Amino acid sequence: MINKILNFFKEYNARKDEEPRSGKLYAISALFNTPNEIMNAATEVADKGYRRFDTFTPYPVHRLDQAMGITKPLVGPIAFAGGMLGCFLTLLMIWWMSDADYPNIIGGKPFFSLPPAIPITFEGTVLLTGIATVIGMLVLLNKLPKINNPLNDTEFMKHVSSDKFGIVIGANDKQFSESEIRSLFESMGAHDIQNIYYRESNLTNKTPIFDSKFIATLIAVAGLTALISYFTLNVVLYDVVPFDWMRHQEKINSQSPSDFFQNKSGMRMPVEGTVARGFMPYEYKGMPDSSVKQLANPLPADSKILERGQDRYNVFCSPCHGYFGDGDGRLNEQFPKPPSLHNNKVINWTDGNLYHVLTNGQNVMPSYESQISRDDRWAIVHYIRALQRAKNAKEQDLPK
Amino acid sequence: MELTTKKLPASVGKWGMILTIVGAVMAGAAFAVDTHRAMFGYLWMYMFLISIGVGSLALVALEYLVGANWSTPFRRVSEFLSAIVVLLAVLVIPLLFGMHDLFHWTHADAVASDPILLGKEPYLNTPFFIARTGIMILIWVVFYFLFTRNSRKQDITKDPALTTQNIKYSAAFAILFILTISFAAIDWMMSLEPHWFSTMFGVYYFAGTLVAAISVAAYVSVNLNEGGYFGFKVDYEKYYSFGTLMFAFNVFWTYIAFSQYMLIWYADIPEETFWFMNRMEGTWIYFSLGLIFIHFVIPFLILLPRSAKTNPKLVTFMAMWLLYAHAYDLYWIIMPTYFKDGFVFSWNELGFLILAFGIIALVFNYMAGKFNLVPVGDPKLERGLYFHLN
Ligand code: HEC
Repeated sequence: MINKILNFFKEYNARKDEEPRSGKLYAISALFNTPNEIMNAATEVADKGYRRFDTFTPYPVHRLDQAMGITKPLVGPIAFAGGMLGCFLTLLMIWWMSDADYPNIIGGKPFFSLPPAIPITFEGTVLLTGIATVIGMLVLLNKLPKINNPLNDTEFMKHVSSDKFGIVIGANDKQFSESEIRSLFESMGAHDIQNIYYRESNLTNKTPIFDSKFIATLIAVAGLTALISYFTLNVVLYDVVPFDWMRHQEKINSQSPSDFFQNKSGMRMPVEGTVARGFMPYEYKGMPDSSVKQLANPLPADSKILERGQDRYNVFCSPCHGYFGDGDGRLNEQFPKPPSLHNNKVINWTDGNLYHVLTNGQNVMPSYESQISRDDRWAIVHYIRALQRAKNAKEQDLPK
Repeated sequence: MELTTKKLPASVGKWGMILTIVGAVMAGAAFAVDTHRAMFGYLWMYMFLISIGVGSLALVALEYLVGANWSTPFRRVSEFLSAIVVLLAVLVIPLLFGMHDLFHWTHADAVASDPILLGKEPYLNTPFFIARTGIMILIWVVFYFLFTRNSRKQDITKDPALTTQNIKYSAAFAILFILTISFAAIDWMMSLEPHWFSTMFGVYYFAGTLVAAISVAAYVSVNLNEGGYFGFKVDYEKYYSFGTLMFAFNVFWTYIAFSQYMLIWYADIPEETFWFMNRMEGTWIYFSLGLIFIHFVIPFLILLPRSAKTNPKLVTFMAMWLLYAHAYDLYWIIMPTYFKDGFVFSWNELGFLILAFGIIALVFNYMAGKFNLVPVGDPKLERGLYFHLN
C-alpha cells in the first residue's frame, strides 16, 4: 500500500520533470561548492550592475543579502504598515462594540477607555503585523498567484537544496547577454552553468491557483472541516465538561435551595435595618387613612407623568382593577373582585388617601411599596384621577 | 590574535572629575539649604547607581548563564561599571542617617496610631530594614568579587574552567539578583508610601535596571569601539544586538509598567489607586504623561527599524536617552512623596544627577586604567569577535 503511494508520487514527479520546456530563455544558472564562493559571486554580480539575479543556498548564509546589495528589505515597511493598521482597526473595533453598538456598564467604568483596550490592541497589532508580513512576502515578493517557477524540478534546484550554492541571472535583466554571463560565471570558477528555459505552462497566463477544480477542492475541504468541528463540538461532546460551553455552572438560581446556608434557602434576606439604594421607606406605614389626608401629590400632572402613570397602572393595577378602574380585571374569579375606583368614596378621597392605599395596601389588596417606586406611585395617583375625570366627563372637559 | 588596547582618552577622567566635583558641591549645598528635600534627591541618585551597578552585574551573569558570544568582547564594560556596587556600601551611610526624613513608618508616634502601619511593623522596622540593606549590599559585593576575580585570572591563565565556575555563580546570582532587586525596590521606594502596595513593584524596578544597564553598556561599548580603543574593531552588526536588547528591555519595562497601572485602574480600590492619583494631580499629570512618551513611545518608534539598531550614532544617542528616561522614571517614583503639591525640579535635585554621572564616569575610568579593557583570556572571545547575527 505505502509502496503504491510512493510509486504514485515518484511517477508523478517523473512526469513533471519531463514536462517540455519551451525555447524561451528564463535565466542562466551556475553552481558553486562553498559559501565563500557564493558570497564573492553575489558581490561581483551585484558590482557588475546586474539587478535581476538571485542566490540559493541549502542553509542560511549570513550576510548574503548584503553581498547581493539588498540594503532596504521591503518586508520591514510592510510589517510596520500592517501593525499600524491592526492597532487602528482594533481600537476602532473596541470603541464600536463597547461604546457605539452595545454600551454596557462594566465595573462602573466608562464605556470606552484606553487601559482595558490596550491588551487587545496589542494582540490586534501583532496579528495584523504577522499576517501582513506573510501575505506581503508571498504576494509582493514571491508573486503569489504564480506558483510554478521555471527553476522548479531542475537539476539546479535539486543541488541548491542539498549540497551546492547557486546563483541565477534572469534573462529579463537589462544587461543580459548570454555569452558575457557565461564567461563571468566561468571566471568565478563556477561549474555546471546551465540555461534554464520556461516551461510551456509558464508561458500561458493560467495559474493553477485559480483552477476551478482546485477552488472546488478548497471549498469542499473547508466545508467538511467546519461540519466535522460543528458535529464533534455541538453534538458529540456537547455535554462533556470542558466542551459544554459553560452550560453547567456552580451557581444558585433564584428561588432554588442551597445546602450552604443553614435555612437551606438559596436567596438571602437583606441585612436587618438596611435599605436598598434609591428606596425610600414609607413614613405612614400601617397608620390609619386619616393621618395622611394632607399629603399632596408632589408631581405635576403633565403628559409625561400621566403616560408614566398609565404605563405603571396597566402593569400593576389593571389585572385586578381593569384598564379603566371598573373592577373588571383579567383576574376575575381568581381573586376577590375589587370595588370600582369610580365610586363616590374614592372620588372624594384626597390624593394622599389614594396614595396611602396603594402604598400601604388595604385589607386583601397588598402593599405596592417595594414593587413601585415612590414617584411612580404618585404618577399612578395622577392617572387614576384622570380616569375618574374621564368617566364622569362634563361638557367643559371636552376640547373646544 | 594580538590585542593591544589603547588607554582611555584623558577627557573621560577629566569630565568624570568635573561632574563629580560640581555635583558634589551642588549636592552639599542642597543638604545645607534643605536637608529633608536633599535626602530625597540623594535617594534618587542612590537608586540610579543601584540600577547601573547591580544591573551591570546582572548583565555579566546573564552572558555567562546563556553562553552569549557576541557580548564577550564588551563584557569588561559591564564588569567595570558593576564596581559601583562596592561604592554602594559607602554611599548608603547618609541614607541610613536620613531614614527619619524619608520614611513615614520610622515615626513611632505615627505608627502607634495607625492600624495598617502597626500590621506592617514586623517587616517595616528600622533594625530589620538596616539588616536587609546590609545583606543585599553584601550579596552584590560578594558576587562582584567572585565574577571579576575569575574573569581577571583568566586573562593570564586562559583557563576555561574559570568560565565554568562563573557560570555556576551566575546561576546562583540570577535568583539572588531578582530577589535583592525586588527587595531594594520594595524597601527603598515602595515603603516611601507605606500604606501603598503593588505586587508588581519589584519587577517594575527590575525591568528599569536592565534598561539602564544595557543602555550604559551600549553607550560605552559603541563609543569605545568607534574610537578604536578595544584594539580590535567589530563591525556595526554588533550594535544590532545592543539596539535590540535596549528595545526589548524597554518594551518589557512598558509591559510591566502598563500592567501595574491597568490592574490598579481596573480594581479601583482606594488603598491602591491613591499612589497613582498622587501622580495625576496638579502638575504631576504632565510629568506622568511625559513618562509614557519619553520612556516608551519615542524610543519605541526610533529603535523599531533595523537600520536604527545598527547605526552607531543613533544607538549611542538612544542609549543616553534611555538612561535619562530611567532617571526620569525613578524621579517619578520617588519625588511625589516629597513634592505633594506638584512637580518641582531645581538645582537641588540636578546636583544629584550630575554627581551620579560623575561617579559612573570616574569608576569606569579608574577600572579601565587598572585592568584589561578586553577579557583576552576568555575562550569565547574569538567567537565573539567573529560573531555574525546576519
Ligand atoms: C391582586 C389584585 C389587586 C391589584 C393588583 C390591585 N388591587 Fe387595588 N384593590 C384590590 C382589592 C381586592 C381591593 C378591595 C380591598 C378591600 O376590601 O378594601 C382593592 C382596593 C383598592 C382601592 C380602594 C378602593 C376602595 O373603594 O376602598 C384602591 C384605591 C386601589 N385598590 C388602588 C389600586 C392601585 C392603584 C393598584 C395598582 C398599584 C391596585 N389597586 C392594585 C385588588 C387589587
